[in-house]
Amino acid sequence: MSRGRTALLAVALAACLALLSGCHGRKELGAFAVPDAFDTTRRHEITFWAKNDTNMTQVAIYEEAIASFESLYPNIDVNLRLYTDYGKIYNDVITNISTNTTPNVCITYPDHIATYLTGTNSVVPLDALFADAQYGLAGSALRFDSPGQEEIVPQFLQECMLEGSHYAMPFMRSTEACYVNKTYVEALGYTLPDVLTWDFIWEVSEAAMAKDAEGNFLINGQKVMIPFIYKSTDNMMIQMLRQKQAGYAGEDGEIQIFNDTTKALLYTVAGHAGTGAFSTFKISSYPANFLNAGQCIFAVDSTAGATWMGCDAPLIDISEEKLVDFDIEVMMVPQFDPEHPQMISQGPSVCVFNKEDPQEVLASWLFAQYLLTDDVQIAYASTEGYVPVTTQAQQSERYADYLRRSGEDNDAHYSVKIDASRLLLEHTDKTFVTPVFNGSASLRNAAGQMIEEVTKSARRKKTVDEAYMQALFADMTALYRLDQIETGGSAEEEDLGALPAASAALLITLAAVWCAMGAYVLAQAIRKKK
Amino acid sequence: MKKFIAVLLTLTMAFSGCAALAEGVMTHAEYVAAAIDTEVVVETYVQAKQSWWENKATVYCQSEDGAYFLYEMACSEEDYAKLEQGTKIRVTGYKAEWAGEVEIVDATFEILEGSYIAQAQDMTALLGTDELIAHQNEFAAFKGMTIEKVEYKNGQPGDDIYVTASVGGQSYNFCVEVYLTGTETDVYKAVGELKPGDVVDMEGYLYWYEGVNPHITSVTLVK
Repeated sequence: MSRGRTALLAVALAACLALLSGCHGRKELGAFAVPDAFDTTRRHEITFWAKNDTNMTQVAIYEEAIASFESLYPNIDVNLRLYTDYGKIYNDVITNISTNTTPNVCITYPDHIATYLTGTNSVVPLDALFADAQYGLAGSALRFDSPGQEEIVPQFLQECMLEGSHYAMPFMRSTEACYVNKTYVEALGYTLPDVLTWDFIWEVSEAAMAKDAEGNFLINGQKVMIPFIYKSTDNMMIQMLRQKQAGYAGEDGEIQIFNDTTKALLYTVAGHAGTGAFSTFKISSYPANFLNAGQCIFAVDSTAGATWMGCDAPLIDISEEKLVDFDIEVMMVPQFDPEHPQMISQGPSVCVFNKEDPQEVLASWLFAQYLLTDDVQIAYASTEGYVPVTTQAQQSERYADYLRRSGEDNDAHYSVKIDASRLLLEHTDKTFVTPVFNGSASLRNAAGQMIEEVTKSARRKKTVDEAYMQALFADMTALYRLDQIETGGSAEEEDLGALPAASAALLITLAAVWCAMGAYVLAQAIRKKK
Repeated sequence: MKKFIAVLLTLTMAFSGCAALAEGVMTHAEYVAAAIDTEVVVETYVQAKQSWWENKATVYCQSEDGAYFLYEMACSEEDYAKLEQGTKIRVTGYKAEWAGEVEIVDATFEILEGSYIAQAQDMTALLGTDELIAHQNEFAAFKGMTIEKVEYKNGQPGDDIYVTASVGGQSYNFCVEVYLTGTETDVYKAVGELKPGDVVDMEGYLYWYEGVNPHITSVTLVK
C-alpha cells in the first residue's frame, strides 16, 4: 500500500525545471501552429498519461475510449500509461520536460500546468485548436460528435485558463463532500442541518468522545473513534479561508496565507486534534475505512471517492467483520456562512504537449477532444461521484436515466455515488478555484501541511501558541520556497537576471568537463589514426 | 545449585542486556507498550530500505527482540547510502499508527557500531491468529501458499501488485510494494507472472494495512 508522498519531490523538481529553463541549455520547441490538414497517410504514435482512482472500471473506460478512437483514426496509435496519483504524474512530466520527452496528452491539474509552462512552448495553448473550423471543437472534419466550445460548462473551462490562454480542457469535475454517519449523529441527540457548519461538526465530534469506564466510546462501543477525518487538508484550509474571505493567494501569485485568520483556524484545529476528535488521512488513514467501521462520523473526501463510502459501498478496503451498518448522508463540506456556501471545484483536466511535428500535435489534440464526447464523458463520470464537463453530456437522456436510477443497485447505481454527483450538479454555482501561477501547487501543499503539523503537535501534547505559529509560518515558507515565487507574470516573461554564483560555477564546471571529455575523445581518435 | 546458576545466568543476561542499551533507549517490549503519539527511542538494525527522497527515508528494521517500520525518517542522501542491511542505528521519533501499521514517524537517527541480519521466520501457521500481530514488521516466510488472485494496482505493471493467497482454506492479502522492490526486480516480475492455482513460498516484511498485508520481497514457485 503506497501512500501519497510526492509533494516535496515536486517542489525540488520544479526548482530544477526553472533552472533548466533559465539556462537555455536544451533545445527549445517552437510555438505550435495548427496544420492546414491532418495527414492521414502517416502513422502517429501518441502517449496518454492518465490517472485513475484505483478503480478498474475507469481503466476499462480509458481502454475502450482508445480502441474506439483508433477505429475512427486507424493511423493513430494511443499508448496508455496509468497512474493512481496526480503528484506522480506531475513529477514525471517535470522530469520529462527537461528532455523533451513529455507525453502527448496528459491528465493534469491547472496548478501543475502553471509549472509546466516554465518550459518554453512545452504545453500547447488550445485556443487556436478550439476555434479551428475543421479540427476544432465541433469541427467539420472530425470523425466524431464533438461538443462546441459553448457546450463545455463555462465555469469548468475557465479553470483551464492560464495567462490569458486555455492550456487545458476539463475532463471530469468533482468537489468535496462530507459523508456523514447519520445514525450516530442522531444517537448523540443531534439533527443534521440542511447545510453543515463547522461549529456543528466540532460540537458533535466532541460529544462523540465520551467513553465508558472500560475506555470504550459510548457511541460505538469500540476502542477507536475519530469523529471527524479530513482526507485533503489542503482543500480544508483553502475552503475555510475562502469561506472566511481571508487571504490565500493573489491572482498574480502574491502569497497571502500567513495571516491572522489562518492562525485562528489552526488554533481551532489544534484544539480538536488534541482531544482526539479530529484527524487526517496522512496521520490516521483513509476516512472511508473509519467511516465504514463505525469509527468516524464526518468523513470528508472527494466526491470522486464516493464508491468507497458507506457499508454497502461497491469498493471496500476493510474486512467484512469490521463493517458497521449505518445510514449515510452525503452533504456539502462544512460552512462558516451556511447562507452563502462555498466549496472547491476540482477534478482532472487534460493538456496537450508540444512536439516538433505539428501533425503529431494535431493527432494528440484529436484524441484529447475525443475524451469530451458523450460516450466517454458519461461512462467515466458514472464510475465515481464525478460530473461530465459538457452540457451536452449532462443534459443527455442517457445521463438523466443514470441519475434517475439512483439506488437501483449498489454498483453502477450506488446511491451515495449518485448523491455525490448531484451535490456538484446542483451547486456548481457555489464552487470556486484558487489562483493558478507557477508555485501555486507549492502553496497548496503548504496550506495542507500546516493543518497536518498542528494536528500532530496537538496529539503529541506540544504547546501550540504564537511562537509556534511564527515558527510554523517560517518553516512552511522555507520548505515550499514560497519566498521564491515570482509575482506578476511568467518566468519566461521576466528578466532572469544574473545567474547566482553557485549556478554559474556549476555551469562553468560542466562546460569544462565537456571540453575535457571532448579533448580526450579527440586525442584518442588521433592516436588510433596513428 | 542448578537453580542458583540459572538465576545467576538470568541476572547476568538481564544486566548485560540493560548495559547494551544507552540511557533512554527502549526495549522492543517498552516500545510496544508506549502509547501512540509519544516519543520513542530504539536501537535497531536496518533490514531493507524502501525509499528515499527529499531527505526522507522509509526503512524496515529489526532487532533480536522485534521489528520497526521507520516511515519518512529524516535522512540525507549520503547517510541513506550508509544504511546497508544489518547497519545498527539509534532512532528517535514518534510512535504512530496508520491503518493498523504501527510505525515510527518524524524520526532522526544516528549510526552505531554493530550488525544484525534477521532470518525469515516461518509464520505460515500464525496467519489468521491473534499472535501474528506481535511479529508486525518482522522478516517472515509463508510456505505452501496457493495463489488466488494477482492484480496490478492500476491495471498494468508499474505500481503495487496485490496478491491474494490462501492456506488451510483461508485467504490472505499480500502486496509487492513498488517503492520497496521497484519494477525491474525478480520478485516484481515473478509475482506478475503468477497464475491462480500456483503454489508458492514467499518471504517479506510483515506489514499491516487494515489487517496483515506482508510486503513480499521474494517468491519461489513450488508447483
